[in-house]
Amino acid sequence: MFELVPFILLFPVLGLLTNLVFGRYLGERFVGIIASGAVAASFIVSVIQVFALVNNNFHVETVLVADWITIGKMYLPWQIRVDTLSVTMMVLVTGVGTLIHIYAVGYMHGDKRFARFFVYLNLFVVMMLVLVAADNYLMLFVGWEGVGICSYLLIGFWYDKGDDNLGNARAGRKAFVVNRIGDFGFLIAMFMIFGAVGSLQFDAVLYYFENHGMEVGQLATTITLLLLVGAAGKSAQIPLFVWLPDAMAGPTPVSALIHAATMVTAGIYMMVRSAPIYAIAPSSQMTVALLGAGTALMAGTIALAQWDIKRVLAYSTISQLGFMVAAVGLGAHVAAMFHLITHAFFKALLFLSAGSVIHGVEHGAHKSDDHCDPQDMRNMGGLKDKMKITFGVYVVGAIALAGIFPLSGFWSKDEILADAWHVGMVEGHWHGMTVYILLALAAVITAFYMTRQIILVFFGSSRSAAANHAAENPPTMTVPLIGLAILSIVGGGINLPWSHTLGSWLEHTHHFFHGIDFNLTVALTSTALAVASIFVGFIVYYRRPLESSTAPDPLMSVLGPSLKFFYNKWYIDELYGTTFVRLYEWKARFLAFKVDRDFWHDFVHNQIILKSFKNVSGTLSGPVDRLGINKFFDGLAYSVHNIAVKVLRPVQTGYVRNYALGVMLGVVMVLGIMLIR
Amino acid sequence: MIPTSYYLALSVILFAIGVAGVLLRRNAIILFMAIELMLNSANLVFVAYSRQFGALDGQILVFFVMTVAAAEVAVGLALIVTIFRSKASIDVDDISMLKG
Amino acid sequence: MYEFILHITSTLTVVTFFPLVGVFVLLLINKEKKDLLRWVGVGTALLTFVFSLVMLGQFDSQDAGMQLVVSESWIQIGSNWSIDYHLGVDGLSVLLVLLATLLTPIAMFASWTAIEERVKEYMIFFLLLEVGMTGVFLALDLFLFYIFWEFTLVPMYFLIGIWGGENRIYASIKFFLYTMAGSILMLVAVLWIGTVQGTFSYTALASMGNIPPGTQRWLFLAFAAAFAIKVPMWPLHSWLPDAHVEAPTAGSVILAGVLLKLGTYGFLRFNLGLFPDASHYFAPSIAFLAVVGIIYGAIVSYPQKDVKKLVAYSSVSHLGFVMLGLFALNDRGIQGAILQMVNHGISTGALFLIVGMIYERRHTRSLDEFGGLWTVMPLYGSLTLIVVLSSMGLPGLNGFVGEFTILLGAFGSEALGSYYYSIVAALGVILAAIYMLWMFQKMFLGAVSNEKNALLQDLNWREIVVLVPLLILIFWIGLYPSPFFNLMSASVEQLTAALDFGNTLVLQ
Repeated sequence: MFELVPFILLFPVLGLLTNLVFGRYLGERFVGIIASGAVAASFIVSVIQVFALVNNNFHVETVLVADWITIGKMYLPWQIRVDTLSVTMMVLVTGVGTLIHIYAVGYMHGDKRFARFFVYLNLFVVMMLVLVAADNYLMLFVGWEGVGICSYLLIGFWYDKGDDNLGNARAGRKAFVVNRIGDFGFLIAMFMIFGAVGSLQFDAVLYYFENHGMEVGQLATTITLLLLVGAAGKSAQIPLFVWLPDAMAGPTPVSALIHAATMVTAGIYMMVRSAPIYAIAPSSQMTVALLGAGTALMAGTIALAQWDIKRVLAYSTISQLGFMVAAVGLGAHVAAMFHLITHAFFKALLFLSAGSVIHGVEHGAHKSDDHCDPQDMRNMGGLKDKMKITFGVYVVGAIALAGIFPLSGFWSKDEILADAWHVGMVEGHWHGMTVYILLALAAVITAFYMTRQIILVFFGSSRSAAANHAAENPPTMTVPLIGLAILSIVGGGINLPWSHTLGSWLEHTHHFFHGIDFNLTVALTSTALAVASIFVGFIVYYRRPLESSTAPDPLMSVLGPSLKFFYNKWYIDELYGTTFVRLYEWKARFLAFKVDRDFWHDFVHNQIILKSFKNVSGTLSGPVDRLGINKFFDGLAYSVHNIAVKVLRPVQTGYVRNYALGVMLGVVMVLGIMLIR
Repeated sequence: MIPTSYYLALSVILFAIGVAGVLLRRNAIILFMAIELMLNSANLVFVAYSRQFGALDGQILVFFVMTVAAAEVAVGLALIVTIFRSKASIDVDDISMLKG
Repeated sequence: MYEFILHITSTLTVVTFFPLVGVFVLLLINKEKKDLLRWVGVGTALLTFVFSLVMLGQFDSQDAGMQLVVSESWIQIGSNWSIDYHLGVDGLSVLLVLLATLLTPIAMFASWTAIEERVKEYMIFFLLLEVGMTGVFLALDLFLFYIFWEFTLVPMYFLIGIWGGENRIYASIKFFLYTMAGSILMLVAVLWIGTVQGTFSYTALASMGNIPPGTQRWLFLAFAAAFAIKVPMWPLHSWLPDAHVEAPTAGSVILAGVLLKLGTYGFLRFNLGLFPDASHYFAPSIAFLAVVGIIYGAIVSYPQKDVKKLVAYSSVSHLGFVMLGLFALNDRGIQGAILQMVNHGISTGALFLIVGMIYERRHTRSLDEFGGLWTVMPLYGSLTLIVVLSSMGLPGLNGFVGEFTILLGAFGSEALGSYYYSIVAALGVILAAIYMLWMFQKMFLGAVSNEKNALLQDLNWREIVVLVPLLILIFWIGLYPSPFFNLMSASVEQLTAALDFGNTLVLQ
C-alpha cells in the first residue's frame, strides 16, 4: 500500500493543472469540486498510509519517485518517507486542507479570480506535502520554499487592494523576504550537514549524529542554531515574526490553512525531524526553548491590544507557535506535535469563524451601505444573535485555545507546561522554570485576549450599521466550521495522559519521542489561571461594554502607555524599518548610483579612461601629429610639388609630336649607346 | 641582282620621311600615313633580308606587321572620327589635353 | 575530394557553418521582402538547432574525451607546426552549443515585429553571430578559438550600433573596446603557447600539461583578462548595463544568454584545462571577486529604474555564482556551474524577452511607468512570475538546482579552503528575492496606475511560442536535471581528476 503514496502529491497536482488550464471555462462549482476533491483524495491516501504503517509494524518505508540531483557521491532523489511522523502531518494537512477548501468555495464566491485562487491553494497543498513527505533535507527545502511562494501569492492574492492599492502585495513580499532570511540559515545548515555527513538523507544524517554523539557537539550546535533561524522564519518566531501579522492581508481561508494550521508549523516539524541533532546540542536546545517561550509571551501581549479581529488571531498564532517551539527546545517532541495538531484544529476554526464574521459584517455593510472596516472589532458587537452558528463555534475555538478542560487545547498546552515543569523542577535546569513561567503567563494572557475578543465581537450592542445588518453564512461555510469545532473539542483524545496514543505512535519514528505523565499541580494551576483570567476579562469588557466604535480600550486606564506599546507591536516593525530596510535601501542606492554609476561608470570610465584617452589622442593628433609629423611631410610634399611645377610641367606640352620626338631621341640615344659600346 | 644595301637605303629614306612626317605635320590623317610609311619601311627591310638569307621568317613577320598596321589604322581612324566629332578638327595640336 | 566532402558534411562543421548557407540565401533576396527574409533567417537558425540535436544524438555521454572531432591542417608553417581546423565536442561544451543554437532562433523569432528596418542585414548579422558562438564552443585549436572569439564581436557590435537605443554608439563602442582590450592579452598568450609549446591544439596541450607553474600563472592571467571582461566579473562589468540597455531585445537575449557564457566557458575550458596549478593558485582570489560580484550585483539591481538595467545587474550576480562554482574546482561546483550557465541563459534570456514584449507595447522600460499589469495582461503576468521565480532560485525550478550545487560545491571546496565564500554567496539568495520581487511588484501588482497601460493587449501567439520552450526547460531542469548532469559528468570528472593531479604534482 505504500506504493500509493505518490498519489498523495499527484491528486492535487492534477487538480491544479485542471483548474489552471480549464478553470476559466468550468465555473465556480466545478472548480471548487475539483480542488476540494483532489485534496480529499489525498486525504484518503494518507489515511491508507496510516493503515499501511500499522500493517508494516510501524516500520518506516521510503518510496523512490525519481532521481533528482546526482553528482559524484552526492545523491539527492525525489523520495517519499512514510513514517509515523510524516503520516501524521500528511493526514493533518490534507484533512484540515479539505475542510478549508470546502469553506473557501463559499468564502471566495463571486471573486473574479476564483479559479486562480484554487490553483494556488492546491499548489500550496502539494508543496506542503512535499515538505512533510520528504526523505531528505533538500526535498524538504523544496516544499519549504514552495509553501513560501504560495504564501507570497496568496497573501498578495488581492494584489490591487490594501494601502495605496499595494498594501497586500507589499505584505506578500515582506513575508517572502523575511522567510528567505530564515531559509538562508536553513541553507547553510544543509551545507554543514552535507559537509559532515556527505548526504542529506534523513536516515544517514540522523544515524551520523546519533552515533557520533558529543564529539560532534560543536558542529551540532552550529547546525541546530542555523536550523532554528530557518524555523524562526517559517514559524514566525523572534526575531523574524514580523511577516505573519501582515500576512493576514490574504483571504481568510488562506490565513486559516497556511498562516495558522499548516505552513507556519513547518518549522516545528523540521525541528522535530532533526531532533537527534538537537539532542546532542543542549545549548541550542535551551536557546530554542527560551526563544519559543519569549515569543509566546511577547506575541500574547501584542494580541492583547489589537483591534483587527484577524490580527489578534495572528499574534495568537505566533504565541502558540512559541509554545510549540519551546516544547521542541525542552525535548518534548510529542507535546509539540500534539499541540501542533490541536492548534491546527482550533486555530483553523477560529480563523474560519473570523472569516465568517467578516463575511457577515461585509454582507451587512452592503445592506446598510455602511462601509466601515469589516475586520475592526470596534465596529462589531452584538453578533451572537445574528450569527448563531458562528458564535457557537467561535466560543468553542476560544475555549480550546484558552486551554479549558476538557477541550483539545487543554490537553496539549498542559503537556507542554508539564514538560517545562519537569525540566525545571525534576531535572533542575534553570531555563525549564523560566520557560514554565513565561508560558504560564502567556497562557493567562491568551485566555484574557480571547475573552476580550469574544465579548467585543459577539456581546453588547452593535456599534455599526454594518454589524447590525450582519447575517449568518451559507452551509458551505458553516459545515466545515462545525466539523472543525468537533475536532477542537475531541482532538485532545489523540493523546490523553493515560493512553499516550500519539506518543506511542510517534515513538516508532524516533525512540526518544515519548509523552510525559500527567501533572495534576500543573493542570490545576493553569486551569485556575485561565479561568481567573477569563473572569477578569468579563469584568473589564462585559460589565462596561465599549460604547462606540471610537471609544478607547477600557484596559487603557489600567495599563496606560504599555498598552500603546503593545498596540504598536513593541515598535518592532519601526525598528526593522529604520535599521534594516532603510539602511539596505540607502546602501543599495549608494552602491547603485554613487558607486556604480557616478564613480565607476561616469567617473572612472567616462572621465578618467575616456577623457585621458581623448587627451592623449588630442595631444598626439594636435601638437605631435598635425604640427610635427604632418608639417614635415607637408613640406616634403610641397617641395616635390614645386619641382614638378617648375621643371617637369613645361615638358608636358600635350603635342603628340613632342612626345614622338622624345621617343625618337630616346631611340637615337639607345642606338648610339649600343653603337659606342 | 640588286644588292640588299639598296633596299636598306630605300628603307632608311622611307623611315626618315615617316619620322619627319610624324614630327612635322599636324593633320592626324597625315600622321597616320607617316606611321604607315615607317611600318612599311620596316617591312621592306624584312623582305630584303629574307631574300638575302633565303629564309621565310622575315616574310612571315611582314604579314604580322601588316595585320597590326591594319588594326592600328582601324582603331586610329575610329579615334580620329570621335575626336573630330567633339572638336570639329583633326589638328593634333588641338588635342593637347595631356598638357601639364 | 572525397575527404573534403567528408569534412564539410561532418556534424560539427554543419552545426557551426550551416548559418552561412542562410546568409548566402539572404543575400540573394530583395531587401523589401521582409517576411521572406524573416522566414529564411529563423528557418536557418531552426535548422541549425535541428543539426545540433543530431549532434546530441551522436554524442556519447559516457565518453569523457572529445567527440565527433574534425581535424584538418589549415595554415601550415614549417613541417610540424600548424594552425588547424580542429573542432570537437565534449561534456563541457555540448550543453552550451545547444543553448546557443536554441536561443538564436528564439531571439530572431522574437524580433519579428520589433525590427522593421534593415531586416536583411539584421538577419545576416544574427546568423553570423551564431557561427561565431558555436565556433567558440567547438573550437579545439587555440588560434581557431581566438578567431571565433573575435568574430562574435563584429556582428554584436553592429546589432547594438544599428538597431540599438538612443545611446547605442557609445554602448557599442564601449562593448567592442572593452572586450577587445582583454582579447589582445589572450592573443599574446595564445601565440606564446603556440611558439613555445609548438602546437595550438587544445587536446595536445591538455595532455602534455608541462607548462611550468610560474609561466602558468602569467598565462592564466592573460587568458583571464579576456574571459573576466566577457563574463563580466566585478569590477569589469561596466560595459554590460550599457550594452544591455542599448541593445535590441534579441541582442540582449543573445548577449546575456550566450555571449557572457563565452567568458565562463573560456575559464572552464582553457584556464582550468590548461593551467591546473595556476587555477589552484588563483582560485581564492577569483572566488572572492565572484562573491563580491554576487552581492554587489544583487544590491545594485534593487534601486534601478530601468527594467533592463535591473536584469543586467542581476546577470552580474548570477554569473558570480557560475564563477564561484567553477573555481570550487570540484565536480559539484563545476557541474553546477555548467548547469547554471544554461539556467542563466534560459531565465535571463526569458526575462529580456519579457521586457522586450512590454517595451514593444509601451516604448518605455521605466519601472515607474508600470503597475497593475497583471490585471491587464494576466497571461503575461503569470509567465513572468514563473521566470522571475526561476531567476531568484526557487526550488523546483531550474535556478535552484544550479545555485544549490554550486554553493554546496564551494562550501566543501578544498581549493577555496574556506566555507565563508559559500555563506556570503548564499546571502545573494535573499537579495535576489528582494530585487526580483520588487521588480515584479512594481510592474504587475497593485491597481493599474497609469491609464496608458489600461488597454494593453495580452501576449499574442508568437510571443507565447517564443516563451514556451524556455518555460518547459525551466521546469524540466528544476524537476529532473539528471539528463543534463549525465551529459557533463564524465568530462567534468576527467577535468577534476586532471586538476587534482596538477595540484598534487606541484605540491611534490
